[in-house]
Amino acid sequence: MKEINYITENFGKYDVFSIDSYMDIGGFASLKKVIAMDTEDIATLLTTAKIKGRGGAEYPMGRKWSQAHAVDRPHHCVVCNADEGETCTFKDRELIKNDPFNLIEAIIIAGWAVNAEDGYIYMRAEYGSLRPRLLNAIKQAEERGFLGENILNSGWNYKIHLYSGAGAYVCGEGTALIRSIEGKAGRPRMKPPFMKQSGLFSRPTCIDNVESLSIVPHLLRDAKPYMEMGQGDSIGSKMISVGGNVNRPGVYEMPFGMTVRQIIYDLAGGIQGDRNIRLIQFGGVSGKISDSRVLDVPYTYEDFAKNNLIIGSGSVLVIDERTSVIDFLRYTQDFFLHESCGQCIPCREGNRHIRIFLEKIKDGTYTDEDIKTMKTFAKVMPMSSLCGLGETAQNALKSAFEIFPEVFTSNRQKSMEAVY
Amino acid sequence: MIEDSSKFELTEELKASIDKILVEHYHDFTQIVGILLDVQSKIEQHYIPKIVACYVAEKLPVKLSVIYDCMTFYDALSDKPRGRYPIEICDSIACKVNNNEFLLKTLKELLGIDFGTVTYDGRFTIEKVSCFGACDRAPAVKINGIVYGPLKTKAQMRGLLEQFV
Repeated sequence: MKEINYITENFGKYDVFSIDSYMDIGGFASLKKVIAMDTEDIATLLTTAKIKGRGGAEYPMGRKWSQAHAVDRPHHCVVCNADEGETCTFKDRELIKNDPFNLIEAIIIAGWAVNAEDGYIYMRAEYGSLRPRLLNAIKQAEERGFLGENILNSGWNYKIHLYSGAGAYVCGEGTALIRSIEGKAGRPRMKPPFMKQSGLFSRPTCIDNVESLSIVPHLLRDAKPYMEMGQGDSIGSKMISVGGNVNRPGVYEMPFGMTVRQIIYDLAGGIQGDRNIRLIQFGGVSGKISDSRVLDVPYTYEDFAKNNLIIGSGSVLVIDERTSVIDFLRYTQDFFLHESCGQCIPCREGNRHIRIFLEKIKDGTYTDEDIKTMKTFAKVMPMSSLCGLGETAQNALKSAFEIFPEVFTSNRQKSMEAVY
Repeated sequence: MIEDSSKFELTEELKASIDKILVEHYHDFTQIVGILLDVQSKIEQHYIPKIVACYVAEKLPVKLSVIYDCMTFYDALSDKPRGRYPIEICDSIACKVNNNEFLLKTLKELLGIDFGTVTYDGRFTIEKVSCFGACDRAPAVKINGIVYGPLKTKAQMRGLLEQFV
């Protein structure tokens, strides 16, 4: 098995600043097809392809669209979440950079499918250099009548607006994201009300990730190759971002079912200096970790679930033996300590105190009581935090308890050996 | 909390470019974050002085407290003067395991500054950021929106700094 290009089919095939060149390779054909389709059929297609949200939450996309369409309130809107803040995740960057028109087409299709009036793209400030190509794509689509009023003589009006983030990780969380689009500081809020009922500007909102959306036009054009790829319930292909101590870090598209070993050694060229793997983190900084025991696990939703891992945002962060487990956990904790919005106490204080405990383990000055308290905190935080950030912040630590118990042992001598 | 920016002069030229930014964003107050980012990039020291914040608040219009709420919440917005070329060092785990510590140390040494200080000629500041999504180029820095990396040797870093005059 090797790298494939289904989602990335258009990469390098057209001029990203010209709608004509996109239409020459069959662009907007899917949109034309969709306008003649029943909206429920679109959701059914996504359900048949078993597409799960690619931003990290893994919510079935077909179900999301059909639920969004069913909400009996006016002024629906679609939000494209291009705020990929998970560490070592940069697949959306490549999709926007190399195929902006496909994304715009997808957002229009999503709008049609859920009967929306507005589409919003929320892009992180770090990708500011990609703003001109998205603005240009929106403008040219408007000029051609794919956006604006009475799109393709269907009597349907739809607009796309581009918003910028400003370096806050928490804004990738749905409720924080919509607050940021509303022109406020992006602090998450309690749910319910759920997005689909009352989201952006209190309108029914359907939020999708860039990659999830980008698949849709391809699927409408020709679903057969997609349906033939993959394994079991994980159909099709996935964009992954591989980084850390590998020889060829980058974004790859691969069919579900490739093993972790193939990803690391075939796609990403193996580990720098042929060192041993200390640990691998999947699904971004909020993902779970494991060690080389997962190398032969196929990259599918089911196999990952069996091994207590998550695919999440599709990142594979490989850390070699030069970094200790405890250092890795400290870095992760630093990240969450910095990115926690500070609104709810479990997340704000939990992250701070776990950081202190990790420091104590590193220094060898911990007590058994410290380990016990740390474990309690790691258990309580997901149960009591306001949003997804606090709920997932301790995923790495909790999986480390399982995979590397020697680091947290009460035998200090053994623990110190594991740390260094 | 709000710094004294009495030394900062709001020129007619800057006013005109802020007005242009507001027009580009259709005077839409929900675009406040994008507006502030654009305004910040127009100011040589890449920050938003109080006088500018007040001008935006008045013209948009939006409450000044909303602007300061956003400025203190979002990392990419600054209310303190920075260098003409703020060097953002990626501090994500992917960069950390690729020895961004060496990068950080070397830059501090080459520039003779620490976090929060500006070089004597006002050219550079260094700051750590969480992750700007360039893990394939780790260890990386970003200067005025452009990513440079991987930066592994002192010579590479010196070469990079010399580009900015």
